[in-house]
Amino acid sequence: MNLIWVPLLPLLGCLVSLLLGRYPRSTMALGAAILPAIALGIVVSLAPEVMSGSNPVVTYDWVPALSLQISFMLDGLALMFTLLILGIGLLVILYARYYLSEADNAGRFYASLLLFMTAMLGVVLSANLIQLWFFWELTSVSSFMLISYWSHRSDARKGARMAMTITGAGGLALLAGLILIGEVVGSYDLRTVLASGSLIAEHSLYPVIVVLVLLGAFTKSAQFPFHSWLPQAMAAPTPVSSYLHSATMVKAGIFLMARFYPVLSDTHLWFALVSLVGLTTLLVGAYTALFKHDLKGLLAYSTISHLGLITLLLGLDTELASIAAMFHVINHAVFKASLFMAAGIIDHESGSRDMRKLNGLFRYMPYTATLAMVAASSMAGVPLLNGFLSKEMLFAESLHQETFGSLSWLIPLLVTVGGALAVAYSLRFVHDVFFNGEPIGLEKTPHEPPRYMRVPVEILVVLCLLVGVLPDLIVGDLLVAVGASLMPAGVPEFSISIWHGFNIPLLMSFLAVLGGVALYRQRRHMFNFQARFTEVDPKLAFEHMIQTLVERARSVQLWLDNGSFQRYALWLLLMAIAAMSVPMVNIPHARGSLEVTELDMVALGGALLMIVASVATAMLSHQRLLALVTISVVGLVVSVAFAWFSAPDLALTQLSVEVATIILFLLALYFLPQKVSLNHLSPGRIVRDMGIATAAGAIVGTLTYAMLTRPFDSISSFFTENAKTGGGGTNVVNVILVDFRGFDTFGEITVLAIASLGIYKLLAGVRLFVPAADMDGRPWSKDSHPLMLMQISQSLLPLALLVSAYIFLRGHNLPGGGFIAGLITAIALIQQYVANGVVWMRDRGDLKFQWFIVWGLFIAFASGVGSWLFERPFLTSWFDYFYLPLVGKFELASAMAFDLGVYLTVIGATLSILANLGKLTTTDRPTRPGRRS
Amino acid sequence: MHLPALPVLLPFFAAILILYPWFNKRLHLQRLVAQFGLLMLVAVSMLTLFKTLADGPMGYAMGDWEAPFGIYLLADPLAAFMLVVTSVLALCTHLFACGGEDKTGRFFHPLFMFQLMGLNGAFLTADAFNLFVFFEILLIASYSLLIHGGGRERTRAAQHYVLYNLIGSAFFLIALALLYRAFGTLNIPDMASRAPTLPEESVPLAQAGGLLLMVVFGVKAALLPLHFWLPRTYSTTSVPVAALFAVMTKVGVYSLWRIHSVVFGHDSGELSDLGVVPLAWLSGLTVLAGAIGALASQTLRWLIANLIVISVGTLLMTVAMGTTQSVAAGLYYTLHSTLMSGAFFLVAGLILMQRGQAEDRFVRSRPFLYPVFTGVLFAVTAMAMIGLPPFSGFLGKVFILQAAVDSGDAIWVWPLVLISGLAALIALSRAGTTLFWRTQGSVVPEAKEKVSNVHLVASGLLVATTLVLVIGGGPLTEWSLRAAQDLHAGVTLNYLNGGQP
Repeated sequence: MNLIWVPLLPLLGCLVSLLLGRYPRSTMALGAAILPAIALGIVVSLAPEVMSGSNPVVTYDWVPALSLQISFMLDGLALMFTLLILGIGLLVILYARYYLSEADNAGRFYASLLLFMTAMLGVVLSANLIQLWFFWELTSVSSFMLISYWSHRSDARKGARMAMTITGAGGLALLAGLILIGEVVGSYDLRTVLASGSLIAEHSLYPVIVVLVLLGAFTKSAQFPFHSWLPQAMAAPTPVSSYLHSATMVKAGIFLMARFYPVLSDTHLWFALVSLVGLTTLLVGAYTALFKHDLKGLLAYSTISHLGLITLLLGLDTELASIAAMFHVINHAVFKASLFMAAGIIDHESGSRDMRKLNGLFRYMPYTATLAMVAASSMAGVPLLNGFLSKEMLFAESLHQETFGSLSWLIPLLVTVGGALAVAYSLRFVHDVFFNGEPIGLEKTPHEPPRYMRVPVEILVVLCLLVGVLPDLIVGDLLVAVGASLMPAGVPEFSISIWHGFNIPLLMSFLAVLGGVALYRQRRHMFNFQARFTEVDPKLAFEHMIQTLVERARSVQLWLDNGSFQRYALWLLLMAIAAMSVPMVNIPHARGSLEVTELDMVALGGALLMIVASVATAMLSHQRLLALVTISVVGLVVSVAFAWFSAPDLALTQLSVEVATIILFLLALYFLPQKVSLNHLSPGRIVRDMGIATAAGAIVGTLTYAMLTRPFDSISSFFTENAKTGGGGTNVVNVILVDFRGFDTFGEITVLAIASLGIYKLLAGVRLFVPAADMDGRPWSKDSHPLMLMQISQSLLPLALLVSAYIFLRGHNLPGGGFIAGLITAIALIQQYVANGVVWMRDRGDLKFQWFIVWGLFIAFASGVGSWLFERPFLTSWFDYFYLPLVGKFELASAMAFDLGVYLTVIGATLSILANLGKLTTTDRPTRPGRRS
Repeated sequence: MHLPALPVLLPFFAAILILYPWFNKRLHLQRLVAQFGLLMLVAVSMLTLFKTLADGPMGYAMGDWEAPFGIYLLADPLAAFMLVVTSVLALCTHLFACGGEDKTGRFFHPLFMFQLMGLNGAFLTADAFNLFVFFEILLIASYSLLIHGGGRERTRAAQHYVLYNLIGSAFFLIALALLYRAFGTLNIPDMASRAPTLPEESVPLAQAGGLLLMVVFGVKAALLPLHFWLPRTYSTTSVPVAALFAVMTKVGVYSLWRIHSVVFGHDSGELSDLGVVPLAWLSGLTVLAGAIGALASQTLRWLIANLIVISVGTLLMTVAMGTTQSVAAGLYYTLHSTLMSGAFFLVAGLILMQRGQAEDRFVRSRPFLYPVFTGVLFAVTAMAMIGLPPFSGFLGKVFILQAAVDSGDAIWVWPLVLISGLAALIALSRAGTTLFWRTQGSVVPEAKEKVSNVHLVASGLLVATTLVLVIGGGPLTEWSLRAAQDLHAGVTLNYLNGGQP
């Protein structure tokens, strides 16, 4: 069977569970179990092959550019973990069938559980570093779903988030570490990495890699100081706890350390870091466990302590330490899973997990009590049980390590203390719960659980005994295979047996038991001492940390972004000033090599006028009407300047744009206060703004000077040379607009059209009050449409239209064109509006601006697409000369059609904008009584 | 033959068709025409992509004037990728809008199509001035769309947006003037070929123009400290518009690729690597600012807007790295972050509609009408945005991290990428648990009318694109590399005019 099915089957099982969402729980449990069971069968069938030393591999390409493959490999280490994940997973599925109540959504539970199983299998089977991380993060995500299963409970949500945040942070560190490994080795293939020998350890990045990878492992395996998430994850349903915290989630970190043990471990840094962290975790976890009143809390801290123990073993520099570590992984998984299940049964059948209430349960559930006591003894390290064997190995290995030189003797001592603490809390678990008087204030009378809820516990406890009595027979071969993964160079000879004769480890075991019993007897004193500490709930501490982070972020945010547009604009101006000034600072003179033309008085006069008008605009900007006058001076001077420098087209355009804009401004100003008080501005602000404005002006001025005094070698001569021959017109500006760069014009008329739509949208919902008087209280003239103006403008209209037609037609060869003609027509029509009013105009036929725009754009578009018929690109122009009697020779050009489109669009858009603004002034709008204040 | 022009002309034609007054009272037909146009646009974009990958870049001479005199459209794989991602995003967001958001104001459909015309034109043009024109179309259409639906906050934010961008446009013109004076041309391949041998005297002008242009693109892309307009604008506008705008910031980044990495690239003589150092600094700070903003968020849309700031910062970091691999990583990341930010806004829309008065604020509220569907979509997009497997974000993240090693920038890029991921994780897990699980009372009654099937389908479709990005990760990353190679190889004038590269 192909290895890929091992992670794939549980994933399919996840879908099955979702599909079976509405069936009875037994059906669902069965449905959830079948596919993982088959996967387990596959693994078992592959086991002999692995034990004989060959590692089945499957590989498919996924994202070659990132060296990401779908690649699975079953070696000894993976085999051991796969068996645990699938085996205990199946037992948990059975157990959960009885644990979950009718109200719980079992489909979602099983789906999450199987997703998590898939992720774990993926982690242990991965033969590609990126894929390993992929599944690693998937375990975080799916465990989030499991821990938050009872999502209506605040502690479940907080616990899940805490687990996710801490393991997620570790995951990011791990990703960094894995990519560094991949880049150092030059391959992301695990087999290549593991075969790279001391390459990584000798690389200069080695310390970074170790720290990053260990951060990933320590956060996942709840090592001190990242351990606080684990007890909070107890908010999950107990089947989840018994799965996550025995065989899977927390063991992923251990697995990671074991996985890279061959290439990362053989250094002092590794040994020091790993063993110290492991030892601290061992002691902190065991000590804290003693004081937990919650059954699951005690088990949670004991889990932390045992994870510390395994980590410590991986950090000991002796030959057999890593084998012992792996052995303890199995043993811990087996006894801890059964203990969690037992705790769940007690909770389920008695309604409480508080050891201050639970007493003397032996009378009510003797069978379960016996099972739990065997498992707890294993946890304590009582002989004939599996826990004893691996603990004994720890004692033995701790005696041989040399990492800390002359201080190394401390390790065995502290390990023994840890052993004593373990005995004490195990004793408390057994004695407090099952003996020690009668239950206090339980909601229901405890009783034995349903038959099949006990089966998983029974199986696990039997395993504790079997491994404890016949270790070599049951797990010997497996451990040899695991050893081959951890020590590719060769596994040292070892044998696990119950009896090694009287030796120091046995003495240490003896001392630990004695010490544990003594500690438990003295528990009153210890509880009293412990009560003097103020208890900190890690969940609240974590929440507080996050809250602080959020508040800090918020204050920084407010400081950065106060919502003021002026502030935003200031940044933009500063950036632009910096961008323009840096290159100018690097050259000594702005002036280039071009000869400067002689100063003529007209140009000078114009320039001065413009400067004065510009400065005046800036200074008068708070008096809007006046500022409008000065800025129109600027515009007019610009148009004169265009004419002066022989650019009549630009002059005409500028002039008509100027007129249209001023009318628009006036319409808008009608509704706005005409004076803005500057009193609210601080003097500092005014000085600052003046400074910025001056700097910007000075720099743009310098740049312009630099620009104009440098030689200019451009493509523009092409346009003058080809306007007549290629574009059929002598007015180069117009030919550029409608032909050479007709596409730009096409875009710009679109802009104009969109603008008119946008302004319509903006004003459609506006309800402005028509002011009855101006700012100073002077009422507006009653005679809003003077007769003289009406008469003159009405008679002017035909003339204006004629002029615009003329300007349009001659545009291709002489100054003019669609754009200017459109503006002239528009202004002529606007004049009618101004003179006669919106209502008067509407009565005389409503102009359909939208119609103008659509047809204008369409004609421009069609004239462009027309060239497709001749297999030419969009907007390719065509022209020819014709002869008609009376008219004489004339030219027809496709560009004229395009220009017609421009003409219509300009009329439609301009008029639509102005008319929409103008409509606001009609009597259809409400008039506010009294005057504006 | 006209393929490169179609992505611009097709939405234009659809827009003016819908704009015809006959359609004014026939909203259903407007929707139909627009959807049909968008489907065609997706097809055309895909076709363009596959054709450019198979046969190399395609040029299109507007008006049949040879480069550099006429305006050139250039469809290379990079541009084609942007076309595809934009059209897919547009299709889904437009469909979402057809659920009812298009009724809250006039001209939604034509403006939407004009917006696409502007975007596609900006991606396709090989002429800096024409880019300006399309930026104008972009700007004015986006402004009109931003105010769609009306409201005080929205109008205010949109006003900031348009004023800010108008200042930007003014600088754009100044920059173009400087560049034209320095290079004598605004055809980008022509500029690139002239850059290495630019006369000594013109160099400062080109530098000033190039740097100023970087500032202008920084405004569009939302580079710190030019990014302040973004969160307020995006979080106040209507949902489908916000979703479409996920691609807007990418235009700025794209333009940097298009112009700066070619004209001011590694081999541009005195102009080489212009502004790369400040860009690197500011992009890093942008990531941090986005992370801080994300953590400080009190509503989902504000949070998403800040996630966009993070993704922009990340993208600009890849621009600053400046290797072929980093461009490829950036391109793949662009595909992912554009689609996912857009999807996230649509999901936020679903959430808004179901929570009544609580809208998308992180407070206790009433339960959802469709808790599972909405929840799954939220979870998928959130994981994609954070960069958690199995969704597309993780591939983008890994790609960028690997590219940073190769370009020697890992020391500053890695911490920023990883820390911003963590900030997103913290912010989104808080957001999700509060929005979905801190509930009491009964379902909001109006939710039933507000959420239509169209909304569900549209958001579901857009969210599902992440699967395409992951499953098709192999070819997509290969093609991204191709696109980056083509960009760096540079298209020459000769090639544009039908000759050999």
